[in-house]
Amino acid sequence: MIGKLVMLVGALLVLLAAIGVIRFDDVFARMHALAKGSTLGVVLLLAGAAISLHHANDTTSLVLAAVIQLLASPPASNLLSRATYLAEHIPRRLDVTDEGRGTDAGDS
Amino acid sequence: MTDVTFVILTVAAILFTVRLCVGPTLADRVIALNGIVLAGMGAIATQAVATDNGDFLPALVAIALVGPISTGMIARYLERNRE
Repeated sequence: MIGKLVMLVGALLVLLAAIGVIRFDDVFARMHALAKGSTLGVVLLLAGAAISLHHANDTTSLVLAAVIQLLASPPASNLLSRATYLAEHIPRRLDVTDEGRGTDAGDS
Repeated sequence: MTDVTFVILTVAAILFTVRLCVGPTLADRVIALNGIVLAGMGAIATQAVATDNGDFLPALVAIALVGPISTGMIARYLERNRE
């Protein structure tokens, strides 16, 4: 029961990430919504399933998938945002600090 | 309660599909595809709980390995394509 509730919370976080990906109006804002919201959402979903299932085989598979997701997803998002910053010609806004300018990532 | 989880994941996947179709840049499409993969992972876990049968969970581990690697490879492609 508690595991299914945790799974429901995780699914709601994935839905929030989807709404953020739909409604934000900047590429980096959309990446932020997906990277943060859905990483926690999927890890909560897998943790809830690991609580609900009782065989040790299933639980270890779910924990392994959650650990892989938690370790590998943020570096992938970081790589993608850096590549987008370099590749696309994002309009430079004047009211925010552009921390990539002048560094290795910003002299494009 | 697992039915509600399925419905929520389906709605999230539909929203990601809309962004995949209309996304202005390639990075938008990449993150939409990443979100669809994540919703599918959640659906596999939910199906294992709903039927109390964990036969598909090794596929979940494989998808969790492949998804971020594919995102990183597309990022390298974008960066190579710059000049």
